[in-house]
Amino acid sequence: MEAKTPLYDCHVALQGKIVPFAGYLLPVQYPAGVIAEHMAVRTAAGLFDVSHMGEVTYTGKDALANLNRLLTNDFTNLAEGRVRYSPMCNENGGILDDLLVYRRGPESFLVVVNAGNRHKDVAWMQEHLFGEVTFADISDQVAQIALQGPKSDDILRKLTDEANIPQKYYSFRENVSVAGISCLVSQTGYTGEKGYEIYVENQYAPQLWNQLLEAGKDYGLLPCGLGARDTLRLEAAMPLYGHEMDETVDPLETGLDFAVKTNKDFIGRDAILAKGLPKRKRVGLKITGRGIAREHQPVFAGDRQIGYTTSGTHLPYLNGAYAMALVDSAYAETGRQVTVEVRGRHVAAEIVPLPLYSRNK
Amino acid sequence: MRIPQDLQYTKSHEWVKLYDEGTKAKVGITDFAQNQMGDIVFITLPEVGNSVTAEETLTDFESVKAVSDIYSPVSGDICAVNEELADAPELLNTDPYAAWIVELENIGDTVELLSADAYEAYCKEQEEA
Repeated sequence: MEAKTPLYDCHVALQGKIVPFAGYLLPVQYPAGVIAEHMAVRTAAGLFDVSHMGEVTYTGKDALANLNRLLTNDFTNLAEGRVRYSPMCNENGGILDDLLVYRRGPESFLVVVNAGNRHKDVAWMQEHLFGEVTFADISDQVAQIALQGPKSDDILRKLTDEANIPQKYYSFRENVSVAGISCLVSQTGYTGEKGYEIYVENQYAPQLWNQLLEAGKDYGLLPCGLGARDTLRLEAAMPLYGHEMDETVDPLETGLDFAVKTNKDFIGRDAILAKGLPKRKRVGLKITGRGIAREHQPVFAGDRQIGYTTSGTHLPYLNGAYAMALVDSAYAETGRQVTVEVRGRHVAAEIVPLPLYSRNK
Repeated sequence: MRIPQDLQYTKSHEWVKLYDEGTKAKVGITDFAQNQMGDIVFITLPEVGNSVTAEETLTDFESVKAVSDIYSPVSGDICAVNEELADAPELLNTDPYAAWIVELENIGDTVELLSADAYEAYCKEQEEA
């Protein structure tokens, strides 16, 4: 039985098409449709319910040491009010999850994990606690709303003071009032556009959602479902757990080396170092033949299978079929002509650089 | 949801228009089908000259979200395909009853075909299920 987020009734009222996802009932799209929702985020703004994401907290003298041991990235110099991305690996260097770490104070951190991995993550995190630290899973008390797109600043300014809006990418403001509601506002997102993720207590989530929708009306804001969330993140080449990474993939193979600091000790480090240079690489594919590649389809260079797709669909802003794939590093160069086996048929594709889309800054 | 009276329907959400005393047919997908799929971005057009069998896969089409098969409501030979859909698959969303997919001749067997009223009742059941 799936859980409802605090915004479930809002989605039904907006005629969202509700589907089960990661244990929650969430809208895959609203009547505007995936393409219109996607384009709204690229050209105006979109509003997403991401309350299914999990949130845990680490507090205490050894909170930082715990995170540095548990995660591949290094948080020693993470300033208060800043956010940092990291994979979390098992002893073999396989990825258990990817997550965001928020530094709220010298000894206080908020960690945001994928909904589908929450229970696995919480068990793993508890198992590896050491020293003076208090760990809590607050997922069921916290809702999260993502406001994404070039108009998100204009919309947010209608509901709060400029000073409450974090000015830098991957920074946040806590206990600020948005539409009279106390929130944590973070300049982060999963769309490749400028935008914000707003954390709020469950009970205030519907009020905040409706106020944001109202404030965004004049700016072309659309409510967006899981469908557009997926096409947007794919266009921006942001990896998704269960697709570009899982416990059989290490962070270097999937292109997350920027978040792996092997000069400190962490779980999985020895295994990652022992493997040497990655034998696989995450690449982009532009489908040049007729068809649409989806996830987990074999990729060929001539007769030789060089890997498999990890995500793929028709991308609305680029207006074409694209995919990401994990392929043998020896065959991963940009411009290589390959084929993807789509339901028994070989469809032509070309290896292209990632990201597939990047906004003008 | 639109369900024109002059067409017949399948439980797998295709429409069929039989004409020339039932010897020829045009086939497409229904408004219900396009709405369930969302934005349609690709259709594999079958080849003229191929024979199809009632109830078997005629072709497939794709939305941003998923791929779905289209089943043939009748047995027959493909005498024309709607080439316009190759470059404009979104016509299946915007006007599904004008956007025929194939034209068939030498019509033989058919699957159980529903009238517009019966199909409407069937769609209501599906939505409530």
